Amino acid sequence: MTPATMKLVTIIAEHVLREAITADLKRLGARGYSVGEVEGEGTRGVHAQDWQGKNVRIETVVAPEVADRILTHLAGTYFHDYALVAYATTVEVVRSQKFA
Amino acid sequence: MSTTDLLRANLLSPIALSFALGIVARLVRSEFSLPKDIYIGISIFLLWSLGLQGGIELHHSSLRAIAWPAAATVALGCLTPVSAYLVLRRLGRFTAADSAAMAAHYGSVSAVTFIAATTFVKGQGAEAEGFMPTLLTLLESPGIAVALMIGAIQTNTRGRPIHEVLHEVLTGRTMVLLVGGLVVGFLIGDRNWEVIQPFYDTRGAIFRGLLCLFMLEMGVTAGARLGDLRKVGGFLLGFGMLMPLVHGALGVWLGHLAGLSIGGATVLGTMAASASYIAAPPAVRLTLPDANPTYYLTSALVITFPFNLMIGIPVYFQLARWLGGAP
Repeated sequence: MTPATMKLVTIIAEHVLREAITADLKRLGARGYSVGEVEGEGTRGVHAQDWQGKNVRIETVVAPEVADRILTHLAGTYFHDYALVAYATTVEVVRSQKFA
Repeated sequence: MSTTDLLRANLLSPIALSFALGIVARLVRSEFSLPKDIYIGISIFLLWSLGLQGGIELHHSSLRAIAWPAAATVALGCLTPVSAYLVLRRLGRFTAADSAAMAAHYGSVSAVTFIAATTFVKGQGAEAEGFMPTLLTLLESPGIAVALMIGAIQTNTRGRPIHEVLHEVLTGRTMVLLVGGLVVGFLIGDRNWEVIQPFYDTRGAIFRGLLCLFMLEMGVTAGARLGDLRKVGGFLLGFGMLMPLVHGALGVWLGHLAGLSIGGATVLGTMAASASYIAAPPAVRLTLPDANPTYYLTSALVITFPFNLMIGIPVYFQLARWLGGAP
């Protein structure tokens, strides 16, 4: 099996955004995603829920054009008001039809 | 008992001292804190016990006894967010979003403050009516809804629609356990209750012991935010203590008019005075993203919660005794 080149989009955001972002991902063409809780510190300081929930890290492997769509959407929707970082990295995957 | 005696008795209660120790632990940078899952587990136990016991008591109460106190509670839920909003916006010169965000917290209710008040009046021999948990569930969401609507009207909000967020409030942990507990408690009847009562009794040792542990962690959480007091300014410091006194007095008075006992009026006053810091913050964060979380978290958790716990509750009790004609 030859690995294909895809994009891994990673989003780290306030816990309150979990549902909203995962719904966005599916709508924008992601076939699946993984969510985990993470701790850390950034430039924003206080988080609305940080004594109840940590931050979430959401990861999804998608085709490059979907990754672009996702990053553009996140930047337009959440960057202004919420603590959120998002980035894409190039990854090699097998069974690439699973993600596209 | 004089007001000073009441204050002293309250400050030396295990609940208040556990909270204080939590703050101290944080201030001396101790590594102590309750593991999050245990903290959440205890909060589930506290809310579920409260709901169950409330359901049993509801079973014994008549509709007539509850009708007026319930009406007073809903009135408070609609009134307190408006008064909080006006004070913050007009006197405090906060933005519409910040004012509405804080109004949502002050319009809703803190279940932990409620528990502290019921425990306090019990200790004073003036136990509140058994149906008080029902009133707690009534007060939880109207305040948030009213304040978020003010916010939606006054700002061009980019946040999520209110009805979606309210769904989350109404199906949150607090509401499911309280309302569910009320229904289950109401249905199981006295014979079944006797079997589980030693475990869930809110007057019992298990409940009170776990409440102290919970308070330790609340102290740690509040202590972690003490530094934010410098960021919020003098107005909010005053607001966080004076607004509860006004809302508390209003609640005690309405409770008295609605026919509640001295203990019941005290607890209703405390509910009106308290500010939510569990249900309100995520709802506000999603609906009013422009509002600064430091303002609403600090005022609700670091100023108003300790104020009510340490000073407010005995003051509302004294007021209720005075209105109720007690010596």
